[in-house]
Amino acid sequence: MSTTTAAPAARPMTNSLAAGRLPRFSPIFLLIGSWIVMGAVYGMLAAAGTLEGFDIVGTVFFGTVLFDVALFVWSLVVEGGRRARDRLITSLVCTAFVIALLPLISLIWTVVAGGVHRFDLTFFSSSMRNVLDEGGGALHATVGTLEITGFAALISVPIGLLTAIYLVEYGRGWLAKGITFLVDVMTGIPSIVAGLFAFALFSLFAGPGIRAGVMGSVALAVLMIPIVVRSAEEILKLVPNELREASYALGVPKWLTVVKVVLPTAVAGITTGIVLSISRVIGETAPLLLTAGFTASMNYDLFDERMMTLPVFVYTQYANQGPEASDFINRAWAGALELILIVAVLNILARLVSFFFSPKTGR
Amino acid sequence: MSAPTEAPPSAPDRAPAAEPAKRVVRIGDRIFSGSTVFAGSLILVVLAAVAIFLIVQSGPAFTANADEVPGPSEDFWSYVGPLVFGTVWAAFLALVLATPMAIGIALFISHYAPRKLAQGLGYVIDLLAAVPSVVFGLWGVLTLARFVQPFYQWLGDNLGWIPLFSGIVSGSGKTILTGAIVLAVMVLPIMTAVCREVFLQAPRLHEEAALALGATRSEMIRMAVLPFARSGIVSAIMLGLGRALGETLAIAMVLSPALVISPQLLTSQNPNTIAANIALQFAEATGKGVNILIATGLILFIITFVVNFVARAIVARRAAFSGAN
Repeated sequence: MSTTTAAPAARPMTNSLAAGRLPRFSPIFLLIGSWIVMGAVYGMLAAAGTLEGFDIVGTVFFGTVLFDVALFVWSLVVEGGRRARDRLITSLVCTAFVIALLPLISLIWTVVAGGVHRFDLTFFSSSMRNVLDEGGGALHATVGTLEITGFAALISVPIGLLTAIYLVEYGRGWLAKGITFLVDVMTGIPSIVAGLFAFALFSLFAGPGIRAGVMGSVALAVLMIPIVVRSAEEILKLVPNELREASYALGVPKWLTVVKVVLPTAVAGITTGIVLSISRVIGETAPLLLTAGFTASMNYDLFDERMMTLPVFVYTQYANQGPEASDFINRAWAGALELILIVAVLNILARLVSFFFSPKTGR
Repeated sequence: MSAPTEAPPSAPDRAPAAEPAKRVVRIGDRIFSGSTVFAGSLILVVLAAVAIFLIVQSGPAFTANADEVPGPSEDFWSYVGPLVFGTVWAAFLALVLATPMAIGIALFISHYAPRKLAQGLGYVIDLLAAVPSVVFGLWGVLTLARFVQPFYQWLGDNLGWIPLFSGIVSGSGKTILTGAIVLAVMVLPIMTAVCREVFLQAPRLHEEAALALGATRSEMIRMAVLPFARSGIVSAIMLGLGRALGETLAIAMVLSPALVISPQLLTSQNPNTIAANIALQFAEATGKGVNILIATGLILFIITFVVNFVARAIVARRAAFSGAN
C-alpha cells in the first residue's frame, strides 16, 4: 500500500482521456513547417553551389520524412506512447500514398513535356522511311498498332465471350472448373512468353525468321482472352436470375434466352470490359518486338512482312539512337504521349459506355 | 413460337408427362451450347499449345555445347543461371519496396481517407496500371535514373562497406535498384487493389469493438484488420511477384546488363532478367540461339506458373474460410 502513495509523486498518474493533446490542426502546420525547413536547407545548398538548382522532389520527400519524425517525438512527449504510435502510423500511411503519387505525377509531366516537341502534323502524317535525323513520324506505327490490336480483338472477343457464357450459363463439372483455373493461369502468362508462343507456332509452319503483324495479333489475343473472359463472366453473373426464369416460363429456348435476354442486359458491362482489355494490351511491347518486328516503312498487310507498332516505335527510337540523339528521344516521347492518350481515350470511352448504357437500377 | 416438329408422333401416349418435354432438343440450343463448349475448350488447347510449343522449340537448347551458347558460358544451364538469379533478385527487390507501400496505400484508401474521396483515390492509383510498360521504361531511364544517381553516389561513398552498396557506383544510374524501383511502381496498382479489397472486407463489428474498448486507430488496424487480411496480403504479394517476374521492357531499357551473379545494387554490372534478355537478344539470334532464348522463356513460364498457382491456392483457401466470420 505504501508504494501506491509513492508512485504519483514520481510520475503523475495520467488519465488517457484527460491527458495532454496536441492542438487540433498541429499536424497540418507541422507538415507545412517541415516542408519550409527542408526547402530552406535545399535553398541554402543550392545557393552554396553544392547542388545545381533547387530540388522540389527532394524537398517534399525529406520534408515529409522530417514531419513524420517530428510529429512522433512531439506526440510522444505530450500525449504518450500509444497515441504517438497512432500518429506515426497515420502519417506513414498518408506518406505512402503521397510517395506513390510522385512517380505518377513525374511520369505524366515528363511524357507531356517531352512529347510536345514533336507532337505535330509531320509526326502523324509520315513514316520513318529514309529519315535519318529530324522529321519523320509514327504514322506507320499508328496504323500497325490499330490493325494488330483490332485483329487481336477480333480473335479474342468471340472466344472470350463464348467462354464466359459457357462458364456462367452452361458450365458444370470438371470442364468448367478446369477452364476457370486455366483462365487464372493464363492471366499470369508473362507477355514475352506469349510472344515466344506466337513465334514458335508460326515458325513451325512458315520457317524460322518469319515476322508478320498477324503473329503479334495472336500473341496479344493470348494475353487478351483471359481478361475478356474474366470481365464478361463477372458481368453475366450480375444478370438477375429472374430474367432468365421469366424467359423460360414463356417457353423461350435456352440459347434464345441467352442471346435475346441475358446478353442485351449485360451489353454495356461487356463492352466496357472489352474496351478496357483492349486498352490493357495496346501498350504491350515485348510480344510485338518478337513477332511483328520493326520497320521504318508503311505496311498495311497484316499477313506479310514486318509491321511497326507504337510501343515498339517508342522502344526502337530510344534503343537505336542515330547521330543526333535528341531527335530520336523527342520522337520516343511523342510516341509515348500518343500511346498514353490512346489508352486514356479508351479508358474514358469504357467509363462513358458503362455510365450511359448500363440498365438503370430501381434505386 | 417455333414448336419442335419431331414431338407430335409421340403425342398420343404421354403417360410420363415430364419425360418427353425434357428430351426435346432444339438445333439452335445444340449449336449454341456446342460453340460455347468449343470456345471454352479452345482455352485449354491454347494453354496446352503454349506449353507444348515452348517445350518442343526449346528441346535443342538443353544439349547445346559451348560454341552455340552465347557468351562465355559452357552450357545452357550456366547461361541461364545468372538470368534466373537476376529475374528473382529484381522481382524480390521490387516487392521489398512495393509491399509496405501497397499496404500503406490500401490502408489509406480503406480506413484513413475521407469516405467520399476514397473511390476517386482508388482510380488515381489504378491510373498507374494503365501506363504502358514501354513508357515506364522510357521514364525510368531518362528521368528516374538521372534523378537517383546522386543518391546512389552518396550511398556508395558513405555506406560502401555494406556488401549491397559496394562496388563502383554506376555513373548513369542504370542499375538493378533503379529497375526494381520501376518494377515496384508497376506492380503497386495490382497489389494495392487486392489489399484494398481484403481490408474493406474486414468485419466491421470487430473494428467497432476494438474502438469501443479504447483502441487507437492504429491498434484497431493491427488487432482487427491485419490478422483478418493476412492471407489476402500474401496473395497480393504473390500476384505482384508474378507481374514483376514477367515484366520485360522496363528492365530491358533501365538496366545496363552483364552476365553475372552479383547482389550489388549500385554498379553498372547488373544481372539481367530472363524476359529482358529475350527482348534484347531475340532480333539478332539465329539457329540454336533462338532455341536457347525460347528455353529461357520456358523456364520463366514455369516460374510464373508456380508463383501464380500458389497465389491462387492461397486465395481459394481464404475464400473457403471467409464464410466463418
